[in-house]
Parts: sequence; C-alpha cells; structure tokens
Amino acid sequence: MQDITARTSFASKQLLLEVRNISQRYQTGSGELGPAVLDDVSLNLKENEIVGLLGRSGCGKSSLLRIVSGLVFPSGGEVSYLGQPVRGPVDGVAMVFQSFALFPWLTVLANVELGLRAKQISKDEARRRALKAIDLIGLDGFESAFPKELSGGMRQRVGFARALVVHPNILLMDEPFSALDVLTAETLRTDLLDLWVEGRMPIKSILMVTHNIEEAVLMCDRIVVLSSNPGRIAAEIGVKLHHPRNRLDPEFRQLVDRIYALMTKPQAPVSPGRDGAFPGLGFGMTLPRVSTNTLAGMIEEIAAEPYMGRADLPALADSLQMEVDELFPVAETLQLLRFAEIEEGDIKLTLAGQHFAEADVDVRKKLFGDHLLAYLPLAARIKLVLDERPTHTARAVRFLEELEDYMSEDYADRTLKSVVNWGRYGELFAYDETSETFSLENPQ
Amino acid sequence: MLSRFVAFTSLGRKALPNQYDLFAFAFIFAVFIAITRASHGLSLPLSAPESTAVSLEYKLLPYYALRTALRMFAAIAASLVFTFVYATLAAKSRRAALVLIPLLDVLQSVPILGFLSFTVTFFLGLFPGSILGAECAAVFAIFTSQAWNMAFSFYQSLRSVPRDLIEVARGFGLSWWQRFWQLETPFAMPGLIWNMMMSMSGGWFFVVASEAIAVGDTTIKLPGIGSYLAVAIEEKRIDAVFAAIITMLAVIIAYDQLLFRPLVAFGARFRVELSAGQTQEKSLVAQVFARTHWMRVLMHGPAELFHAIALLRMELPVRTSASVPQSPALSRLIDIVWVALVGLATIWAGWLIIDYIRQELSWSDVRQSVLYTIFTMVRVILLMALATVVWVPVGVWIGLRPAVAEKVQPLAQFLAAFPANVVFPVAVVLILKFSLNPDIWLSFLIIFGTQWYILFNVIAGASAFPNDLKEAVSNFRIRGWNWWKNVIIPAIFPYYVTGALTASGGSWNAAIVAEYVKWGNDTVAAHGIGAYIAKATADGDYPKIVLGVAVMSIFVIMFNRLLWRPLYGLAERRLRLD
Repeated sequence: MQDITARTSFASKQLLLEVRNISQRYQTGSGELGPAVLDDVSLNLKENEIVGLLGRSGCGKSSLLRIVSGLVFPSGGEVSYLGQPVRGPVDGVAMVFQSFALFPWLTVLANVELGLRAKQISKDEARRRALKAIDLIGLDGFESAFPKELSGGMRQRVGFARALVVHPNILLMDEPFSALDVLTAETLRTDLLDLWVEGRMPIKSILMVTHNIEEAVLMCDRIVVLSSNPGRIAAEIGVKLHHPRNRLDPEFRQLVDRIYALMTKPQAPVSPGRDGAFPGLGFGMTLPRVSTNTLAGMIEEIAAEPYMGRADLPALADSLQMEVDELFPVAETLQLLRFAEIEEGDIKLTLAGQHFAEADVDVRKKLFGDHLLAYLPLAARIKLVLDERPTHTARAVRFLEELEDYMSEDYADRTLKSVVNWGRYGELFAYDETSETFSLENPQ
Repeated sequence: MLSRFVAFTSLGRKALPNQYDLFAFAFIFAVFIAITRASHGLSLPLSAPESTAVSLEYKLLPYYALRTALRMFAAIAASLVFTFVYATLAAKSRRAALVLIPLLDVLQSVPILGFLSFTVTFFLGLFPGSILGAECAAVFAIFTSQAWNMAFSFYQSLRSVPRDLIEVARGFGLSWWQRFWQLETPFAMPGLIWNMMMSMSGGWFFVVASEAIAVGDTTIKLPGIGSYLAVAIEEKRIDAVFAAIITMLAVIIAYDQLLFRPLVAFGARFRVELSAGQTQEKSLVAQVFARTHWMRVLMHGPAELFHAIALLRMELPVRTSASVPQSPALSRLIDIVWVALVGLATIWAGWLIIDYIRQELSWSDVRQSVLYTIFTMVRVILLMALATVVWVPVGVWIGLRPAVAEKVQPLAQFLAAFPANVVFPVAVVLILKFSLNPDIWLSFLIIFGTQWYILFNVIAGASAFPNDLKEAVSNFRIRGWNWWKNVIIPAIFPYYVTGALTASGGSWNAAIVAEYVKWGNDTVAAHGIGAYIAKATADGDYPKIVLGVAVMSIFVIMFNRLLWRPLYGLAERRLRLD
C-alpha cells in the first residue's frame, strides 16, 4: 500500500491498461451483423487515476467495460493489460456490478472469500484477507449475514469487499451506485473516495461507468464522454479539482453544465440529416419507452414557472429528481416530435409544445397524433398500411420483421411497443395484444 | 408461485414438430425395438430368478415398506446423476441441446410402465438367475418417472442463471467445476428440489406397479408393498389389501415429514430474491437439524468434505475460460457434420422401425391401437372435465378461507403422493360384486390418484388471490356468474393449468394400470390403449407393446403441444397477477 505522498509525487505513471481501436457489433434479429455498438474506441488507464466512462444507455459503455475485463471479446481492436493482450478474464482486474451480483446462498464472508478460495488460496489465508477487506469497507459485524438480509448499500459494500480482496490492480465499476437511493449512494461514494484518497485500498486505479454527470465530476480525474450509436469517444475532460470536491463550487457547476451541453449536442457528423438523437434513421430509428404521461408532464413542467418555456437541463434534472438516463429520452422524444428543441444543454418548447401545454385532453391527443404522423416514419407507415388495406388490419409481426433489418430483436420489440403506446394515445390506430394486430377501429 | 417450477419440456418449443422431434421419436423407438430384439436373442423363457416368497403376514409389512422406500431412493439417486450430466450437457452445448431436448420431450410422453415392459427382460438378461436384474428394472421404471422432468427443470435453471452472476464467476476465475457447484447447482436448487419432490410423489405409484412384474411366462415379485398387494390380490385377501393401504399411508407421512418438508425448507435458502420471503417454509425436522448440537456436529464432516470437493478446480485440458470466439467457418463445418450425423441416425432408426412393423405387425393392429387410444383419450378428457367441475369450486372455496386452506392443503398434497393403485383392488371388488360396466367404472381409477393435483393447485391459486382485488370486488359488488367468469377463474387459471397438466400426464400413465385390473383369477378390462398395453405385456407380445406405447406417446405429445402448451402460454401472457 502507498501513502498519500507517494501517490502524488511520482510524475511518470505506469501504463496499466491500453485499449486500442476497439469496435463491437452484435447480431440483428435477422441474424446478420448489426450496426456497431462501439466504433474505434481507444483509451488508456494509468496508475493512480479514476477514469469515468460517461454516456447514455445504449452507448456501449457497459460493453466496453466487459471487453476491458476480458469477459467479452471485441469484434475488432485489442486490449492489453500490463503489455499483455487480454484474451479472457484477467487476474489483476476485478469488477463491481450495478446489481451487486452477490450469491444469495452464501454469507457475506463466503461471498467475499469465494474469489480467493477459487484460486486455491488456503482457508486461513483467505479468511484473514476477507476479514481485512470486510473491515476496510465497513461491514464489520455483518460477516454471517445473507445478502437478502442486507440493505442495498450494505450489499454493494459486499460487492466492493469481494472485488478488493483479490488485490486487483484495476477496479472496474459498472454504475455501482445507480441502484441505490440518493442518500445511500452519496455515503458510499464518499466512503470510497476517502479510502482512495488516503490510499488505503489495495488497488492502483479505477475505471468506472456511469450515466450520472455529477457523479463523474465528483469522483473522476478524467472523464471520457461516449456518444451513442455507435459508441465513440466524443470528448475527454480532465478534472483538476481537489478532493473532497464540493458540488456547489462554481467550477464544479461549470464543468457539469459543459458536459450536459456536450451530451445533448446534435451529432451532425455521425449521420447527417437525422431527425433526432435516436440511433438509426427514419423508419429504422430505435425508440425509447417513454410514457405519454411523462411526455405531457414534462411539457407542462417546462411551460410553467419558473422555466416559462425554456429550461436548463441540469436544473430540470435536479428539480424532477431524474437521472440523465431518464431525462434524455424524454427530452429527445419531445424534440423528435417537434414539441421542444434542445440546444446547449437547454430545452425549449416549440410553438406546438406551448399549444400542447395549454390545450385540453382531446386537443392534446389530436395534436400528438398529428405530430406522430408527421415526424415519426414508423407511425406514418403503420397508418398508411392500415388505410390502404380493405380490412384495415395488419399483423404486428410484419412491422417487427421490417424493424429487425435495422436493429436487434429486443430493440425492435421495444420500438414497436413505444409506437403502440404513442399511437393509442394519439388515437391513430388500435392494437389488440392477444392477436398482435393493428386495426383502425376501436373496440365497441 | 408453483408455476415457476413446472418442468414441461414442450413449453419452450415451437408447437409444430420439427426434424429434431422426428429424430427423437424415431431414435427412442428404434432403441426400444433394438432392446426387444436383443431380448429375443436371449434364451427364452428366462429362468425366473430364485423367487423370494412374499408372505401376507402383517409383521413383515414394515420390512416390505423399507424395501419399497429403498428402491425409491436408489431411483432418485440415479435420477440426480442423470440430471446433472444430461442437463448440463444440453445447457452447455448448443448442438447437443438440439438433440437432447426433443429426446426429453418424447421420453416425457412415453408411458412409464411402457418402459418397464421393454426393459425387464433386458435387465433380467444382464443378471441371469439373479434378483438384481428385476431390482434394476423396477428402479429403472421409477427412474423414468422422475428423471425427465428433473433434468428439464435443471436445464431451464441453467439457462436462466443471471448474467451478472455468471460474469462474477468468470471474472473471479472460477473453473467449470467450481462454477457448477458454487453457482449453477445452488441457483437451480429450488426448482430441482420442488420437481424432485413432485416426481417422488408420482413415483410411489410406479414403485408399487413395478414390484410385481409378469412379462409373458416370467413372473417376478420383489419384496415390497407392491408385491404384497399383488399377492393379496391373487389370494383375494381384502384384509391384506387394507393392511397395505395403511402401511402406504404411514410411508407417505414419513416421506412428507422427514424428506419433503425439510428439503423444501432447505431449498428456500437458494432462492434468488431481493428481500426475505414473506412465506417461510417451516419444517420441524429441519429445525431439529439446525438446533440440535450433536446433529450439527454429525453433519459437519460431510459438509466440509462437500465444500472441499466443490472447491477443487478440475481444470479441463482445453482451457475454456478464454472469451475468444471460435472461427465461424470451423463452427459451420462442425454444424454440418453434426446435422448430417443426426440425419443418418434418423434414417437408420426410421428404417429399423418400418422394417419391424412390416415383419411383425399388420395394418389392422395399427388401426386397432389408434382406436383404443382414442377411447382412452376420451376417457382422460371426460374425467379431467369432471374433476375440474368438482374440484375447482371446492378448491376456490377452500383457498379463499385461509384457515381452512391451511388444514386442507397438506392433505391434498398428501393424497396426490398416495399411490392410487393400492386402492384399485377395492374398486375391482365393488365392480365385480355389482357387475358394473368396466368401460365406465374403471375410468374413474384413471383420475383417482391425479385429481388432487388439480385440487391443491387451485387452492394455492385462490389463496394467492390478492387482498386488494378482493376488496375491489366486494366494493363493486361483483357477484354470481360474473364473479366466476371475470374474477376468480382468470385469477386461478395459471395454477389450474399447472395442476391439470400434471393430472393429465399422470392419468395417461395410470391408464395402463387402471384399465386392466385383476382380483384373483377374475380380470376386469376396459377398452383402451392402457388395457391393450397391459394385456400385451401379460402375453409377452413385444410387437404390440411397442406399437401401443408408440401410439400412446404420439397422442400424449399431441395433447401437450395442441392443448396444454397454448393454454399455458395464455396463462403466462395474459393472466399473471404479479
């Protein structure tokens, strides 16, 4: 273990991990290689730094973490750890999971010991190291508890202890705090940072994935912002603030605002002429699952005091208690349907959006339906097919198969479900779940 | 809650049979034919092993009960080993799964006593002149009643191990052996235990049926309750029949208290859930184990040994933890070779079957067996309908009253485990006495042992009906037919399907015993495929056994695919309350 002076005084830091030109593709529903999830990503990890991978859901940041850890093999490019190419799980890398991923049938102690015992480390030695890790992470007294008896925060502490006990050089963290409530997450972050700053953890550096901008600014020395579809490095930002960092510090706020702007910037060069921030173009656009109630609620929120039609996204996220991952899909759906525009980290209602905010239910539904037809090619297509057919019915499979040419089965399914919900609200068509059929008539 | 544990092989698969189903069917029956041919080659008639005389003395009953129970445990041990190997192979290898899962599907549909007819001569031939062959045949018959759905349950669990737990296991460098014992088996444990216990409940029926075997001229009686009963029937001793019933009751109670409950309570520990379960499975025996000091000391040694074995690395010569994918061209080539091999095996098996049928059977045999299977099917359908009409209202009434349900539920589960064939002689005596029509009155025996599955599942469903819905229902004053149609039937439907599925499978199996019963020298037989197979077995007419079993299997497969699968799908999709 190193002391604090050692941590700061060495200028030449050892290169731990090198990620070179990684790309990753998955199969689409029709069995062919789909669009890239990750495209030409290169990244280095040196000693004594916390690097954050920041991006929205679907930008491939979790895939990247799994490639780094050797759990998944990339379609292209190479990862090397201490100069050796990674071709499977590596000994010096340990991961902490969003879902904690504890074995429910093992006690806290047995969970922590497992990694050591698997490597045939003697029982006494494993016990000694496990108790030390448990002590370090603040789990004293819980050794014989089962995970289901623990709160979320305590479970994630077990996750940390389990990772630290194998003395990894690199600690990988996959959104480790996002399944926790706000207070618990903050406590855990602070505890972890304290241990890190004091050099009490047996690790050399941390690579973490997050979609929480403030979290990234709070914890990381370097933030790598990934763009979505395909995942590419959009920007790399060094954070020079001293620990402990203060969220209210103007410098901190500025940095948060800057990253918000970066992440909402339209990615013109990637795919020119696109209709929104969603992956794919036109018909083959994947849609997020956003409820029409949320959309309407968001329009009302922006239209009302104190925003009066224009809101700063970080402030909006704060007041609505929404994470970036929840907020962005809503904002971008509004943008796609031309109810709002996003620019420089701000969201602004369009005329139609203002109109929607003031209208009553029936007018809102009509307006929403009109905008769906005008700006959402998939909705327009379903409506067209239904209009043209004498029976005015169409099976969902038909559209699903078309969608699967552009995206994976899961995404196609989600996209169609979104259109069904939005179309129902806009009264464009009816959908019968049992027979999986679209029709024009509403049930009598 | 019960529906999570259903191991029904047809469920995950397409309704229409594909080429692999064809392979599975052809392969299994080709093996049957090969076995009967091989047994023919042995010098028949087999010298019946030194027959252990079964006496009707009451004081021997505890000993017989013990022998019967031991047979049961031998079968469960064999089923566990089979499950671990077969299911793991199917779950780990995509190519193996293509073949192994359809095989399970067909095997699950083959009537269990059909296996007995084939295998008894085979096993006798393996150990000439020894009782061991017959023991093996009996254990094998019980094995066939348990192994398939245990294997399928295990396979399903292996396929649904959470991805993050797999990543933990790989990331921390667990070897395949460690992963199997530390992650996969514990994860599969609740489903496996539940299926094992359910299979054992069903298994008592077959253990009783398989102890006294008469194939052609060979008659074997293994010491056990089943043989005791058979002798009682031969000698027309109704008092001995009742003694056997009482002994069986005691055995089932012991099994329930000493094994079922402790194991289910033990299995609860392995459930993957976020919070401590609301329902705590209690078991007196498990508590005794946990709280008694010397018991813990006694268990310490074996537990430590198991942990040590589970932590061995058992590295395979080929390192499998690397995540580098195989080259697609090579993978494709292996695929082609594999499909070709399966195709060749199918052709060979098909040829064997056609050749056999041409030599040994005529078309009229086929027509007759199909007709008889239709008779049996009508019986199963009518009786299932009857049991539904009777037990659904009763189950709902009980389930909505927690105090009653608490008392009745164990009783219903107990009745489901009780081997109905033990009480068959009583029914035969009544039929003979009043000269009733066997085609009608024997039918009730088919459903006699299996109707309880419907009852206890419906009770479970009605008990699980959420309280807020109950309040909404009384708030809106939904009553009468409207209440049945829109409230309670949809609510219990998934549970009902689970129970009816089990009951229907059990009924087909029971038909072989129930349609052809004896009392002394009197034989009462109904027209049906069960009687057809039973009679062919008694006559040692192998071609007819093969034919009867094959036709029945086809019907059971169709029944599962065309009726239960869609119903189950409906229940899963539309009517789940959680």
